[in-house]
Amino acid sequence: MTKQSEAQVVLRLDRITKTFGALVANDAVSLDLHKGEVIALLGENGAGKTTLMNILFGHYTADTGSVEVFGQELPPGNPRAALAAGVGMVHQHFTLADNMTVLENIVLGTQPLWRLGFDRSAARARIIKLSGDFGLTVHPDARVGALSVGERQRVEILKALYRDARILILDEPTAVLTPQETDDLFATMRKAVDLGLSVVFISHKLHEVMAISSRVLVLRHGRLVAEVLTEETDRHALATLMVGEEVTPPKVAESTTGPALMRLQNVSTADQGSAPGLKSLSLDLRAGQIIGLAGVSGNGQSALADMIGGLTTPLSGTIALENSEPVNWNPRTAVSAGIARIPEDRHKTGTIADFDLTENAILENYSEAPYSRNGWMNWQKAEDFSKHIIDTYDVRCPGPQTRIRLLSGGNMQKLILGRVLEQSPRIILANQPVRGLDIGAVTYVHSRLLDARAGGAAVLLISEDLEEIMALSDVIHVISEGRLSPGFARGSKTAAELGVWMAGHGFDEEATNAA
Amino acid sequence: MRLEPIANPTVTRTLSLPLLALTVTVFVASFLAMLAGANPFSVLGLIIDGAVGSKFAALETLNRATPLIFTGLAVAVAFRARLWNIGAEAQLYAGAVITVLLGTGALAWPSGLLLPTIAICAMLAGALVLLLPAYLKTRFGVDEVVTTLLFNFVVLLLVSMLLEGVLKDPMGMGWPKSARLIPEARLPRIVEGLRLHWGFGLAIVSAAVVWMIQTRTTLGYEMRAVGLNQKAALFAGIPVNTVLIKTALLSGGLAALAGFSEVAGLKGNLTLDLSPGFGYTGIIVAMLAFLNPIGVVVSALFVAGIFVGADSMSRAADVPTYIADIMLATALLLMVLAIMLTRFRIVRE
Repeated sequence: MTKQSEAQVVLRLDRITKTFGALVANDAVSLDLHKGEVIALLGENGAGKTTLMNILFGHYTADTGSVEVFGQELPPGNPRAALAAGVGMVHQHFTLADNMTVLENIVLGTQPLWRLGFDRSAARARIIKLSGDFGLTVHPDARVGALSVGERQRVEILKALYRDARILILDEPTAVLTPQETDDLFATMRKAVDLGLSVVFISHKLHEVMAISSRVLVLRHGRLVAEVLTEETDRHALATLMVGEEVTPPKVAESTTGPALMRLQNVSTADQGSAPGLKSLSLDLRAGQIIGLAGVSGNGQSALADMIGGLTTPLSGTIALENSEPVNWNPRTAVSAGIARIPEDRHKTGTIADFDLTENAILENYSEAPYSRNGWMNWQKAEDFSKHIIDTYDVRCPGPQTRIRLLSGGNMQKLILGRVLEQSPRIILANQPVRGLDIGAVTYVHSRLLDARAGGAAVLLISEDLEEIMALSDVIHVISEGRLSPGFARGSKTAAELGVWMAGHGFDEEATNAA
Repeated sequence: MRLEPIANPTVTRTLSLPLLALTVTVFVASFLAMLAGANPFSVLGLIIDGAVGSKFAALETLNRATPLIFTGLAVAVAFRARLWNIGAEAQLYAGAVITVLLGTGALAWPSGLLLPTIAICAMLAGALVLLLPAYLKTRFGVDEVVTTLLFNFVVLLLVSMLLEGVLKDPMGMGWPKSARLIPEARLPRIVEGLRLHWGFGLAIVSAAVVWMIQTRTTLGYEMRAVGLNQKAALFAGIPVNTVLIKTALLSGGLAALAGFSEVAGLKGNLTLDLSPGFGYTGIIVAMLAFLNPIGVVVSALFVAGIFVGADSMSRAADVPTYIADIMLATALLLMVLAIMLTRFRIVRE
């Protein structure tokens, strides 16, 4: 404690308040960042972490409060001033030009527009030096479009370092990384700190916060609710601070595995742009079992979900439902075959924002009795159904006539859950079912999935969160570039071992062994 | 600056902004009338007087509104499903051609049988005209804005060819116009002796039917879902392409009724100046009505009132009739802005 308070304060946020309409995103938040430390900004989605950092970086202007970097107050709303003062930010979504090389991306924006050419070799030398110092291996002449997500992130960090950033802000940097890549990133962060830089690490993953930070600042509903030294706290205490109440994860009971309800055999699908299709994938979904599909995003998860959901048909291979092959595979046949589909993007795919709850509740069954008879809608029956979902699934809303865009993500997800689970599905396809939800809603969704499993449904859980997969799944498969790993029983693999598969290793050896 | 959505716009906001838009429109028109040498303060009075000031004027406004209700409905139905039908003009002429083909003596049936037959065939013709662009859109992704727009010119040239050829009235002294409809094929007047025909009644009924379709039927639900979020509609299993084709058929049919009603109700024959751009004005009508079918009736009456009123005003005040066009354009632009501002507020960053 004393050591830190003596260290130079490089960044000071003083009582930052920011409102969007009625929503208070930041409520008088203050923080100090010292030279050579990593602080973690912990909070659930919507707690105001990203807003706060956007204010610091000048993307937003605070209603009140000030930002000081190295003792100088920053003019509000000016990202250039923040850059010049030595603040570097790596966003959740990268801002790189795919068709340019690493070097060009890094240099982009640092050169005056009117000069024709620049000293390429000096820039290259500098980048190579920075790469070495910070352990950010990436080839300066590689095209960014050809890089993996982890490599792109390194380019983003290099970009900030190239501009002499002394303060690095990393916004949810591990969301797209494998466990190994996360370790590499942490190594880089430690090197940066050793070299006298300071880091703000934004996350909602407790174990990462525990592993890398020296202090943790917890945001809840826009307020700074706690500031603790990492060595003086633990995960449970942090979770309680973050949520505001005790958190008990649902218990996974023993369950007996039944027959295969859906069998995919040697299924291949077409690539979708840069996203790989499935490469001869075989998978059985069994009654009473949760299969977890782990993997770095963009490795064929969407291709698999789209195919099981009826949006695409395989190029080769077969889909079989309890030994019968469906004839005309489309979303409607998938739904009537008893597949409950919880889509990845609940805002854009799962619901229609300007429809009310009732209209959204019947979205998959609108054309059947009792909602539709001879082409006429029975809105009374539809409203009864949506009221039933609202009551049974605890959807917090003013009423069934509320447009769904006004609901929080958690309540929207509860409506989708109700919509599909009320059809007594045999197979549940849950694609990122808790992404962006707060912990209360996460627990609710997970316990519903476990209930369905206990009721004999086959569940396919697709998630980028390895912890979630490991907590819930009876069998874990890893998907990488459209290929599927063998199934690993619960507890038979550590996160690190799964991470090796997520990085794409292991598949080749398996092929070699088979040959 | 950026836009921030308003969750629950107040009634005051929803009503006052469009009214403000109308007020500004009147100011612009008055200013132009002043430039043209008229007394700006008399302009609004003259327009209102010309639109609804007498029985004759009011009936003229209703007559003028009739085709606009049909084309407005056609556009509203299509736009609601995000099918951008800019070709109501072509579909209108298709309906008019069929009316002339069947109504000039080819079918010697009594009125009660002949008129419904012609109306249905006209609708089919209009539907067919929009079917091709809709098919190209759903099958090959061809932009329907381009195809429907170009179809307007194709169909108009085709009508011109027909009027110079097979449809040309042998007794027409060489003018490019069709023969007159037989009496059985004429839409009767609603009240004997007043110049208002049953086409207007059909338009009102059509608006009610479209409203029923959109709010009460399964097809209407599908159309709205496809229009609001095509991705979610596809995911949910709504047959998006089929819905778009059905929408096209309904939209084309409605626009064709405008042609039927103008020929059978008002003109009695087909000429190349049957429609002074009713198909395009239908877009304005539909947009002013927020694509609501009942609102289309109101906005068609409003637009027709401006046309008729501005015509009469220009005669009385001796200013060009183009002021009516400018008024409509101003009203549309300001109304769109007003609609946006009822839902969003501008926030300075």
